Amino acid sequence: MRIHGMRLLNLVFPPRPKSAAIAKERLKIVLAHERAGSHAPDFLPRLQKELIDVVGRYVEIRDDMIRVSLDKAGETSLLEINIEIEGATPAPARVSQA
Amino acid sequence: MAKVVAITSGKGGVGKTTTAAAFAAGLALRGHKTVVIDFDVGLRNLDLVMGCERRVVFDFINVINGDANLNQALIKDKRNDNLYIFPTSQTRDKDALKREGVERVLEELKQQFDFIICDSPAGIEHGAVTALYFADAAIIVTNPEVSSVRDSDRIIGILASRSRRAERNEPPVETNLLLTRYDPARVAKGEMLTVEDVQEILSVPLLGVIPESESVLRASNTGTPVAFDEDSPAGRAYLDAVARLLGEQREMRFVQPERRGFFRVLFGRA
Repeated sequence: MRIHGMRLLNLVFPPRPKSAAIAKERLKIVLAHERAGSHAPDFLPRLQKELIDVVGRYVEIRDDMIRVSLDKAGETSLLEINIEIEGATPAPARVSQA
Repeated sequence: MAKVVAITSGKGGVGKTTTAAAFAAGLALRGHKTVVIDFDVGLRNLDLVMGCERRVVFDFINVINGDANLNQALIKDKRNDNLYIFPTSQTRDKDALKREGVERVLEELKQQFDFIICDSPAGIEHGAVTALYFADAAIIVTNPEVSSVRDSDRIIGILASRSRRAERNEPPVETNLLLTRYDPARVAKGEMLTVEDVQEILSVPLLGVIPESESVLRASNTGTPVAFDEDSPAGRAYLDAVARLLGEQREMRFVQPERRGFFRVLFGRA
């Protein structure tokens, strides 16, 4: 009887998602990411910067056209580098250093 | 002219990050372009409290080291266009927060923002001193509890002696007290220090009193600065404190025990 009453009440006033449930979900996601040993971001920004320098010698690219990420699945680590050059123009010819 | 505001306390767990998030949100709501910076290197949490933990790519240390530029690291809040979050690094190298680097980044931020809110780590070590060193104003977050009041006194001393303003003999850091987790009912019963007690002991101007409120935990659970919850007593108390920081006069609310009327008892929420 009491349970039916609750159901009716929930129909009339739908319960808001409880904030503790939201907190738990957010923590799971952020901790899963941090425990995956993603301490590598310490060198990722430098790698990304150097890649931009190197690729930039050949085509004109912006900072946001290169994405570098490191993922770990079990024993395997995957360094993923995405460089988008669609619409990029060749870099101006540079004076030879010879 | 941009203003650098340090949120500090000495003691941990008194509400510094909650306060930094609430003040940044409140200032943004008042139309001021505001950035809130996490100075707690290795124990990043401002991102969670602000609800942008999944959007962190570059951080404060990356920018200090020149591995990323400022605009790559700043996270624009999705709820208010005036609000930006600057997350810190999870590195274990606490000394990564080099003073010259911090100064350079703050100078660059001053070109873009009206307010720069610095969320200090607990303690009186390198990170905490760096967070207050460049401050124009400081908010001392204090609980009405003996250890918190004592640690606040220590931090007030450090502001007066070790800030850049002190070292350069400039006008002192404008130092304000913010009393948090205040429970008027317990104060009325003589179980908790009163606002007047704390103010008398610390003798710095009172910026506001934030009542103990369910809404603070709800806000952190959902990653929403509590000042965005304008229905809650804590949210309103923070908005009052923000108005006072902007030089307005506001009467202190939520310092008397709440009289719960019949309808509030039936339908009210804290």
